[in-house]
Amino acid sequence: MADTKKELAVAALENGTVIDHIPSDVLFQVAEILQISKINTGVTIGNNLDSKRMGKKGIIKVADVFFPQETLNRIAVIAPNAKINLIRNYEIVSKYHVELKDEICDIVKCNNPKCISNNEPMITRFRVLDRNNIELQCRYCGKKVNGTNIILK
Amino acid sequence: MDKPNSFVSISDMTKEDILNLLADADYFESNPNSRILQGKVAATLFFEPSTRTRLSFETAVNRLGGRVIGFSDASTTSSSKGESLKDTIMMVSNYADIIIMRHYLEGAAQYASEISPVPIVNAGDGANQHPSQTMLDLYSIYKTQGTLDGLTITLVGDLKYGRTVHSMLQAMKHFNSKFVFVACKELAMPVEYKEFCDANGIEYVETTEFSPDVINNSDIIYMTRVQRERFSDLEEYERVKDLYALHNSMLDNSKPNLKILHPLPRVNEIAYDVDNNTKAYYFQQAKNGLYARQAIICNVLGVEIPRKNS
Repeated sequence: MADTKKELAVAALENGTVIDHIPSDVLFQVAEILQISKINTGVTIGNNLDSKRMGKKGIIKVADVFFPQETLNRIAVIAPNAKINLIRNYEIVSKYHVELKDEICDIVKCNNPKCISNNEPMITRFRVLDRNNIELQCRYCGKKVNGTNIILK
Repeated sequence: MDKPNSFVSISDMTKEDILNLLADADYFESNPNSRILQGKVAATLFFEPSTRTRLSFETAVNRLGGRVIGFSDASTTSSSKGESLKDTIMMVSNYADIIIMRHYLEGAAQYASEISPVPIVNAGDGANQHPSQTMLDLYSIYKTQGTLDGLTITLVGDLKYGRTVHSMLQAMKHFNSKFVFVACKELAMPVEYKEFCDANGIEYVETTEFSPDVINNSDIIYMTRVQRERFSDLEEYERVKDLYALHNSMLDNSKPNLKILHPLPRVNEIAYDVDNNTKAYYFQQAKNGLYARQAIICNVLGVEIPRKNS
């Protein structure tokens, strides 16, 4: 079964983090949030893999790195169903979904060119209006943004 | 609310906040001149010119014994040299007890309120909010009708871009009045505001006809300017510009308590023959801006009002 193969692949990591169930179209944005390009331990990236639930999905495995919770939660903006597996000694010691906070700080860029946040050196802040369909509202100009219109900073 | 107490957005306000400000405005209408702001300095920072709003705020401070510093045109300040808003606010907050600001960027007042050690009053931030205008509109309705509940309020003209009508809806979610939206298709009330009404139980009807029926059933008619530059099709502008103009003869069978409001400046949408009708209220409405702004300024500064006679 495909699932068994994935389990084996995950288990093959001695220590580290697996980010699973990433929508294929945002995989590289997730990699950017995690700053994968700056990591010098083993990294495996898979994309457009078959998934029963999602159709296609992406996965990122990073050896010997345990990201701070805050960094992992940043992924939730574009991959709300992403699943984190923490591996120690080939065992999954922890498995959980990323969590979308009530306010998203300095991850998303406001789409409104007349928003103060696009014209001043400052942190962007968005309220989460809809967790399921990911709808955000800029704290400053009040503009709403959702789905593929969300631009990361 | 953020500390210090600022006045940034109508949507931050509770029903109690609104009613308290209306009561305070009522007090200032009876007592517009006093010394309760003596020793206070207000800075009016107008990064975008707005003579009417600035004069109203400055008069509000002056009549309460405070002093005013500031600028009415950002091209004469360091912001034209590339100074950030933060730096301007931090600099001015060293001198003033309160900053009253108008800015062309949306959310500027919210951001300023987060970084400023002194209260910020939003005198308009781009197309976003102009909450002191909303307070004077509410005060005008409240004063002429004695209530904000059970009214039929007709909004006419540019309901798409008109930020005053949007802010009014946000404030009126706390009250039980009914709205009639009168606009052509091109300037109709945006879907997001109709959804806001639905979500907050605000009853409304939409029509493109500024008909006798609509006029005669209204307690308040709130006129707005239909601006030529809003139209992609100028023929359409020529067609609709007179459809949403009010003439005195149209008021013959209107309710005795009806008042006509307009945020001003008006162009063609209210004929000059309406001015002498006792139902015309737009100049008094602008005067009410003084009292509403006195109430707002004292509220954010935490200045005790000697006695409320509401």
